[in-house]
Amino acid sequence: MPDGSATDRIAYSAPIGDEVKTTTCYMCACRCGIRVHLKDGRVRYIEGNPDHPVNRGVLCGKGSAGIMTHYAPARLTAPLLRVGPRGSGEFREISWEEAMETATSWLREVRERDPRRLAFFTGRDQSQSLTGFWAAQFGTPNFAAHGGFCSVNMAAGGLYTVGGSFWEFGEPDWEHARYFMMFGVAEDHDSNPMKLGIARLKARGAKVVSVNPVRTGYSAVADEWVGIRPGTDGLFIMALIHELLREGRVDDQFLIRYTNAPWLVVQNAGGADHGLFARDDQGRPLAFDRARGAIAADAADLSPLLVGEVTLPDGRRARPVFELMAARYLDPAYAPEAVADRCGIPAHRIRRLAREMASIAFDQPVELPIPWTDVWGRRHPTMLGRPVAFHAMRGISAHSNGFHTCRALHLLQMLLGAVDTPGSWRYKSPFPRPIPPGPGPAGKGSRPNTPLSGNILAFPQGPEDLLVEPDGTPIRIDHAFSWEAPLALHGMMHSVIGNAARGDPYRIEVLFLFMANMAWNSAMNPLETIRCLTARDASGEYVIPRVIYSDAYFSETVPYADLILPDTTYLERWDCISLLDRPIGSAHGPADAIRQPVVKPDRDVRPFQEVLIELGARLGLPAFVKEDGSPRYRDYADYMVHHERAPGIGPLAGWRGADGTKHGVGEPNPDQLRRYIENGCFWRHHLAPEESYFKHANRLYLENAKAMGLLGKAEQIVLQIYSEPLQKFRLAAEGHGPIQPPDHLRARLIAYCDPLPIWYEPLEQAAQGEGLQAYPFSAVTQRPMAMYHSWGSMNAWLRQIHGANKLYLSRARAEAMGIAADDWVWVESPHGRVKAQVALMEGVQPDTVWTWNAIGKRAGAWALTPDAPEATRGFLLNHVISEWLPAQAGPRLANADPITGQAAWYDLRVRIVACAPEEAGATEPRPEPLSPPPGLPPRPSILRYNAGQPR
Amino acid sequence: MTSLPEPQPGAKKLGLVIDLDTCVGCHACATNCKEWNTSGHMAPLPDHNPYSAGAEGVWFNRVHSYEAGEGEAGRTVHFPRSCLHCEQPACVTVCPTGASYKRAEDGIVLVNTDICIGCQLCAWACPYGAREFDEDAGVMKKCTLCIDRIYNETIPEAQRVPACVATCPAQARHFGDLGDPDSAVSKLVAERGGIALMPELGYAPVNRYLPPRRRAPAPDPGPPRDPGPLPSQIKNPLLRWVDKVLSR
Repeated sequence: MPDGSATDRIAYSAPIGDEVKTTTCYMCACRCGIRVHLKDGRVRYIEGNPDHPVNRGVLCGKGSAGIMTHYAPARLTAPLLRVGPRGSGEFREISWEEAMETATSWLREVRERDPRRLAFFTGRDQSQSLTGFWAAQFGTPNFAAHGGFCSVNMAAGGLYTVGGSFWEFGEPDWEHARYFMMFGVAEDHDSNPMKLGIARLKARGAKVVSVNPVRTGYSAVADEWVGIRPGTDGLFIMALIHELLREGRVDDQFLIRYTNAPWLVVQNAGGADHGLFARDDQGRPLAFDRARGAIAADAADLSPLLVGEVTLPDGRRARPVFELMAARYLDPAYAPEAVADRCGIPAHRIRRLAREMASIAFDQPVELPIPWTDVWGRRHPTMLGRPVAFHAMRGISAHSNGFHTCRALHLLQMLLGAVDTPGSWRYKSPFPRPIPPGPGPAGKGSRPNTPLSGNILAFPQGPEDLLVEPDGTPIRIDHAFSWEAPLALHGMMHSVIGNAARGDPYRIEVLFLFMANMAWNSAMNPLETIRCLTARDASGEYVIPRVIYSDAYFSETVPYADLILPDTTYLERWDCISLLDRPIGSAHGPADAIRQPVVKPDRDVRPFQEVLIELGARLGLPAFVKEDGSPRYRDYADYMVHHERAPGIGPLAGWRGADGTKHGVGEPNPDQLRRYIENGCFWRHHLAPEESYFKHANRLYLENAKAMGLLGKAEQIVLQIYSEPLQKFRLAAEGHGPIQPPDHLRARLIAYCDPLPIWYEPLEQAAQGEGLQAYPFSAVTQRPMAMYHSWGSMNAWLRQIHGANKLYLSRARAEAMGIAADDWVWVESPHGRVKAQVALMEGVQPDTVWTWNAIGKRAGAWALTPDAPEATRGFLLNHVISEWLPAQAGPRLANADPITGQAAWYDLRVRIVACAPEEAGATEPRPEPLSPPPGLPPRPSILRYNAGQPR
Repeated sequence: MTSLPEPQPGAKKLGLVIDLDTCVGCHACATNCKEWNTSGHMAPLPDHNPYSAGAEGVWFNRVHSYEAGEGEAGRTVHFPRSCLHCEQPACVTVCPTGASYKRAEDGIVLVNTDICIGCQLCAWACPYGAREFDEDAGVMKKCTLCIDRIYNETIPEAQRVPACVATCPAQARHFGDLGDPDSAVSKLVAERGGIALMPELGYAPVNRYLPPRRRAPAPDPGPPRDPGPLPSQIKNPLLRWVDKVLSR
């Protein structure tokens, strides 16, 4: 039979759509550039923008499924006011005017009485420079975004050590690295650059090593997978350090030029100055020069003593940082043999890995023929680099020992001379920043109708910067920046609702949330969180009286709010990816970006940022109104262009100045957004080759960064092996100084505020003591690549890929327990149990179980029918995670890192118990199905999406 | 049964080369294919029960992840699967109406849905599971190699590749003429030892898979370079730095 080719109608050159607009993706947090093709006003196709510095034309599985998130039937359609009890889902639709007036009246009353009674927390939000500024203008210290339960350990560990961090503030040198080791990187941050980079490394024959309890995603393509036991990465890293020191394989030159290794530390056990840096009368740290004795450590021609006790001019004794560091890690306690069992990695393998990285760093350095000038004004003919790069993420961050583990990893980088050198990990401009980057957090002295001055989320340098009352009581509702978590740089969202319900340290009036699913997968112990949201006092009033929530979708949190301010999708709004917040800069230079509306909302919804700016004006917050009290900004776009945080510095750095010729600093340019749009909705500045590396000590880079407003001073940023702020907290805990912690926290602060990285057993596990043996498995989660960090896994396409999650168990261990694939089991922790279906796996550390996070949904939510597998078979490990540490003497403490307050999701230990046969088939707990709010459209039973089809 | 075009020497054989060494299983190829094609030549790619139990749609690209080998010695493999545009496609020869056909000019296997009767014989015949039945329209659909992209003069030339290739973040997908031994894809296949899938079945698939590279060997760490005594001879390695004269 002849074929049908002759009659097949093929439109070879049909235009993709009738219009294409650039904007920035928001299907996860990576902020890739996209081109959105439209046809008849509908989204035809979303592709990566080839010109964009983040993704260079590629687009991941989530970004490519954006159409289904944009058009999801779970989109809220109008403002809602609760009319039934919380959780009932009984709302009535109201007008925006009524919604705004309701919110304004609630907030105005709070601001007039006590602004602290507003707790304003946002989730995976990318406008924290606006939301934080708004909170400070309101006058409440109770503000943060989701970093406290995400990866603040990485941010704080990095910013207090090297002045940058993994992911957002740094990246591997993909062009020159020859050895790449990643720790605890699930499938994630940052999505497309990691995938592009790993492909380049592998094409070049560089070795890729993944340290991770689970072999999926990036670990699957690594040349070597190191299946470490969760929570022991710090110990493993310290054993690598032990080996490098033992063999003398460290970069002495790098250490004495760029780190505080030669700085002198006062040795005066029991004294108020013990462990602080010896300083001259100008406050400059001292080092001991072999010829000249104790002199300022920044001398260009310093020839420092690295080991040995010295006497200072004032008679005190001191030792160099290097000696204190080396002595600690040379201790046999850190020898590979000593840590092997605990880490689950044989000693000989640790030793081999240490030798491998040393061999690449020191025997195969990269030398680029680029002359450059250091901070001392000395010209170097080339750039010599150590091509060993590291990357780390939540796997080491989400433990209660994650801050120190992260610091240990940065120490390893410093010993190898592998910070911002060719082939190593590099800063993403505008980083590095000074260490720590700025003044302490605002939040003391909150007064009615008065803004707080300064940033709410900032950088304590010592006890004087903590947000505590004279008796040590936390000032913030989440206890961030208190003695419980002195460096809680991103706040502690995970403890807000529990503390608010308990009135610890005080009751709040209004809880204002944006894009944070606290009644489900964003909470440790969601059912307890729901209990807190619905708890009533003796008079029958809710103990958290008002809950305002903004979300674009019917998430599990919607039914627990009193007032819903429906947000737009990411394709319907302006946004600003700002240098003031979380920019998209790279090692090649600073960059920022915008989102522009590419389609008009077809519902009665408004972009949250615009709503917030209008609320600011209605409340009369000084920065949001003109002198006559009228709104200062028309909308968010107007704010992005005209807001100035400091003279000449605004949300966007590109095309500033009246004629658009200035970058970084310059007066507002009314035409700025048009310039961004013409350039694909991003701005980038290219660093010259000679300012591209050694940025912490590169004179040209530092001077140019200062001129662009990226840095306050063009001074060397000395990397901090030894962290003096931590020692200051420890000294206070030992009784020194006027600002004292409560007694119940003294021992904890002394133990954990170590100025050098330490490893300790995760807090919850240590607190369980002997009881821990009943829970033999570590339990961790990851998110799958197709849903990583995405808001809206109800996406019609993505849920076909991941519609229900199973519990992954080592095949050998499962077989020994008589458990087979697809069996149902109880996952039990001391806090409760959750039922799951089992999958077996070879590539998992045998004492670890894991699952995909945030697949499980509450029945009825997200406009899925209650029979959806997300609700019947999908489960959350969150149900067996406690938000508090086991009870001990004194007030309860968050299940978190004791330095940063990072939620310790991955400290969980569980046991696996086979279900009775009649229990199989569905997950538990399975709370009552949620009722949809009014206004949701009907769900199609067949989706025939075709943007080209006339409607 | 439908006849195949007479094979011509030097004929174009457009196809994909998929690198299993760098595929991280992110599903970008699958969803980008879906979004392109649901409004493209074979539109729509319907989804049944999109918001309830039993969600199942038409996908031209699917990624399967599995493990090979045991314990740490094993590996996790992500395997993207789509039509291989065989030279001897049983899905074509089995077709009773001529709807399924192989193009002479570039080797792409297509379905003319106007004459497809939805009998699904082609799906039975294809050993690779590449056929996707659109139950809603009652016709068979499949990968077109993005025929409405690769010749599309309204798209910049560099982007005239299938959507799955353009979007792949791991750069694990390549497109070109596998009939031309000098093409970039043919050279890549030669260099990396690309393989055809189940060639023993005789359908002569055009697409090739690049096997995982040999794991990068451990770099030779060599003996310690420190000129001093061997580490084992040093009781206290700290002493190494006591008299070491260093200067900036």
